[in-house]
Amino acid sequence: MGRGSRDYALWSIGIALVLVFALLPVLWLISLSLKPPAAITDQSFIPTEFSLDNYKSLFEGGIDDSPFIKPLINSIGIALITTVISITLASFAAYAIARLEFPGKRLILAGALAIAMFPPISTVGPLFDMWRSLGLYDTWLGLIIPYLTFSLPLAIYVLVAFFREIPWDLEQAAQVDGATPSQAFRKVILPLAAPGVFTAAILVFIFAWNDFLFAISLTSSDASRTVPAALAFFTGESSFTQPTGSIAAAAVVVTVPIIVFVLFFQRRIVSGLTAGAVKG
Amino acid sequence: MSEIVLDRVSKVFPDGFEAVKEMDLDIADGEFMILVGPSGCGKSTALRMIAGLEDISAGELKIGGDVVNDKAPKDRDIAMVFQNYALYPHMTVRENMGFALKLARVDKAEINKKVEQAAATLDLTQHLDRRPVNLSGGQRQRVAMGRAIVRDPKAFLMDEPLSNLDAKLRVQMRTEVARLQSQLETTMVYVTHDQTEAMTLGDRVAVMRAGALQQVGTPAELYDTPKNLFVAGFIGSPAMNFMPAELSGGRLKLPIGEIDAGDLAAGRGDGKVVAGLRPENFEDTAVVGDLKQERGVVFEAEIDLVESLGSDLFAYFHVQSEGVQSDQLADLVEDRLDETGAANIREGEEQVVARLDPTSEVKRGGRTELWADTAKLHLFDPESGESLRNG
Repeated sequence: MGRGSRDYALWSIGIALVLVFALLPVLWLISLSLKPPAAITDQSFIPTEFSLDNYKSLFEGGIDDSPFIKPLINSIGIALITTVISITLASFAAYAIARLEFPGKRLILAGALAIAMFPPISTVGPLFDMWRSLGLYDTWLGLIIPYLTFSLPLAIYVLVAFFREIPWDLEQAAQVDGATPSQAFRKVILPLAAPGVFTAAILVFIFAWNDFLFAISLTSSDASRTVPAALAFFTGESSFTQPTGSIAAAAVVVTVPIIVFVLFFQRRIVSGLTAGAVKG
Repeated sequence: MSEIVLDRVSKVFPDGFEAVKEMDLDIADGEFMILVGPSGCGKSTALRMIAGLEDISAGELKIGGDVVNDKAPKDRDIAMVFQNYALYPHMTVRENMGFALKLARVDKAEINKKVEQAAATLDLTQHLDRRPVNLSGGQRQRVAMGRAIVRDPKAFLMDEPLSNLDAKLRVQMRTEVARLQSQLETTMVYVTHDQTEAMTLGDRVAVMRAGALQQVGTPAELYDTPKNLFVAGFIGSPAMNFMPAELSGGRLKLPIGEIDAGDLAAGRGDGKVVAGLRPENFEDTAVVGDLKQERGVVFEAEIDLVESLGSDLFAYFHVQSEGVQSDQLADLVEDRLDETGAANIREGEEQVVARLDPTSEVKRGGRTELWADTAKLHLFDPESGESLRNG
């Protein structure tokens, strides 16, 4: 057995271990969600009996009675709005930071980094009080604002790195070709930075989608409660049954958009998009 | 009318570096003007100021009679070809070439017509729907030129457009550029560090050094009557040979012999000068006729190296001299090293290149009698570097 094949075997074992570690809980979740409520505790990994009752119970009663549909809408809406605003603002900021020399540039970058490092938990209390007096408590906006605060630095950092990769000559070529600075940005720079924009968009979306802390603290009803928070309020069919099955089903359902989102954008993250622009 | 006039134009960068110093240059309508000089001489900065990509620190820039100092690049109606082409990688060749017209809201059919015309001129028709990444270097270069010519601008600005091509392609594209310019009759400003390109392409050539314009003239003027040591050494390949000389009592003492100074240094008193003689002004005495010998000087030299190119024969020899010291020449040393392989071979000796007739039978290591046409001698002031011929 040569050295190469032994390395290969070791690598394979390592990768397999990581995969099992990462995927086992997910498989377990799927397994739980497919078991009929009575069989939840049967201790078998592969369900002996498949049923979609858990999924049905999530959507039963339509938009008014279902404990899940309204939060799902909230989650999608809040995460999407956060992503759009965050990426728009971040791309302007990142473009300025990557291209222009202006006083306070380092301060802005350092400030952004400091905000990203700031523990969110320490802002929850003050936000709760402020939002209640401002009337933002339990509204979409009340969640979107803190999500923007924490996702913008991340998005700016990712985008600055991508904008710096784009040759400056391209923008100057566009200017000589008759483009205004904003046209040069929209028609030349942004399309080329697309992989970066999508990467940043995925990160921001996942951040907003996964958040539990702000969602549980700053909401009180289905008007703005997102799925991660709503899961905590799930009840069983009677007050004596655990809602394990429906929580598992809901968890599976909320994972799907993330997977779709990532797969959708991954096709657009084509490396080497700028190849061929300039020689060398 | 689209003449370009630079009136005492200067560029000072924020760090205090003065890239262009009070440059005066009149570029006539339809003229092919070359800015040439070693790297860092400010030629690209000057071009970028004309394009509007670089602010003008002082002075006035006029295009077609209008002062454009404060106009954005898009309002100057000029087209530029970048050294690295700067093609838009996310657009096809057709879209790249039509981008400027699209921004100007030209009718779609009109854009297509113009792009296809330009593509035909540049032999790009079959590549119109490909992206830059799939094109060869030469094709990319042509797309960059096509992007400029579809617009029919007041002037073309080219920033070393051929420097990224291999030698063979460069010669080919050089002819292409010359053909295009004479066809379009548009004012063209072309930046290069390659004096061969400058000499072969330009109607007029502006030689720059350290941010300052040295001399502007037709290639022949620059070659025959260089204003100073720098221009003399920069123009021509292989470069002009320089050797120290001394004027005394109407006689000029050169390391290769002594001649009657005549009108070479009219009105100049005795003292040290720098003498320059181009390689082709030497010849093997066996080849020159007696007639020619009358006005030259004959000397014996030990040949260090012979390079035969078939059409030409370059003989390298050395003369006893303490060398020529000048700031202007120091800038050229690197260029000369590239060309000749060695500037100074030994202490106290100066290397000289002679371009001889290919029938000459000089041998490496042998001693040969050579003739120098001293009527073609250039004399320069050793301090200022200015040519003595111009006063």
